[in-house]
Amino acid sequence: MSSITLAAPDPLGLYTNPIGHWVIVVVAMVVALVVLMTGAAYSVWFERVALGRMQRRPGPNRVGPFGLLQLAADGVKLAFKESFAPRMVDPVLYVLAPAIMVTAAFLAWAVIPVGIWYGFSYWIADLNVGILLVLAVSSMNAYALLLGGWSSNNKYSLLGGLRAAAQLVSYELSLGLALVPVFMIVGSLRLQDIATYQVHWFGASFPLPLILVAPLSFVIYMVSAVAEVNRTPFDLPEAEQELIGGYLTEYSGLKFVCFYLGEYINMITVAALATLLFLAGWEGPLLPPVFWMFVKIVFFIFLFIWLRTTLPRLRYDMLMRLGWKVLLPLAIANVVVTAIVLVAVQ
Amino acid sequence: MLSDYAPLVIYAVIVVGVVGLLITLSNLLGPQKPYKSKLLPYESGIVPVDPARKRYSVRFYLTAMLFIIFDVEAVFFYPWAVVLRQLRWYGVIEMLVFIGILLVALVHIWRKGGLEWE
Repeated sequence: MSSITLAAPDPLGLYTNPIGHWVIVVVAMVVALVVLMTGAAYSVWFERVALGRMQRRPGPNRVGPFGLLQLAADGVKLAFKESFAPRMVDPVLYVLAPAIMVTAAFLAWAVIPVGIWYGFSYWIADLNVGILLVLAVSSMNAYALLLGGWSSNNKYSLLGGLRAAAQLVSYELSLGLALVPVFMIVGSLRLQDIATYQVHWFGASFPLPLILVAPLSFVIYMVSAVAEVNRTPFDLPEAEQELIGGYLTEYSGLKFVCFYLGEYINMITVAALATLLFLAGWEGPLLPPVFWMFVKIVFFIFLFIWLRTTLPRLRYDMLMRLGWKVLLPLAIANVVVTAIVLVAVQ
Repeated sequence: MLSDYAPLVIYAVIVVGVVGLLITLSNLLGPQKPYKSKLLPYESGIVPVDPARKRYSVRFYLTAMLFIIFDVEAVFFYPWAVVLRQLRWYGVIEMLVFIGILLVALVHIWRKGGLEWE
């Protein structure tokens, strides 16, 4: 019937049954969406608790054990809030902006593989240009912020939106170039290939975390990734203190939720990419792959939160200088040196 | 294979459906009690003086142009990186020429002050 395959074992023979196949595909996708939304909600919870502990206060601890149900309560509250558009907003773009944000965030997960169990990994689409799709849809969020900022008819929002665009042109180049050495080493743009990249030494095969062979790529990627998801020290578009939330200022109710959902899913996405590209994905000893994947992603999310409590916000000429005068030359040098070394040792 | 993209299309349809539902629900749930001062743009409690959509000097205009040029060039690195191991020294030298031109352009812009924030 179709050539769609999930990388799952098929004990009941459902794949050969055309209807059963489609049902499985759709159910698996819906489950993935639910997991993503829950993941985003618990990232918010984790961030609030971690921030609280780092500032010597308890953080959310009232709703449910350890405040675990806080986000469910917040979600219900936000869903029943009045969601109004102020006068003079551009009605189409004002609604479109949060929709673009959250749609792009979800779409990136179409190609990100997750190792579930030994020999069983899950992904939605197995594309040989996987990472290109992730980069393409994840830069869509600049459109969402720019459109949201412009359509709100609010000066803070406009400034936030423009800053989002200024930020994109500063780091996106080094983000793209930082990944080139990884593709040179693995010889593929498929995320599954990169995550399970093996080296053959002394007659045995080992999974090789690429951070060991491309450490500079990892550093440039991490700096650019923090800018990509607009987090401190690069949270210029939504700077609470100067811009009252920037592009978020005029949003309320579930449209506000859409922006936040998109932002936290993006954070999980860049953490998952860092895991897959540099930390050998779901490979790890003894415990099942899904555990290792989860631990590595949580580690990166914790890193983002830690940065937020530690660093002050950059001014935006400083961000541009960092992007164009430090990261870009470094990234180009990194590509050249890696290429020469790689071909020389081959 | 083009059929590899079929799950992506199905997934995109589901995602658009879910997002559409979220946006629609945001208007259905919750009260709708607009009044004049609630609908004013927020400006820290002050009555807004001007509309926000005025002409605004976008100072990173030049940087944005440079970005487009360099980003298009960076795209050429991707296919090259994937096949580098087959191309070997031929690929490396070809790319060094390309990167050389890129670097000359960057140095020129740098020295002309195109990367300064003025």
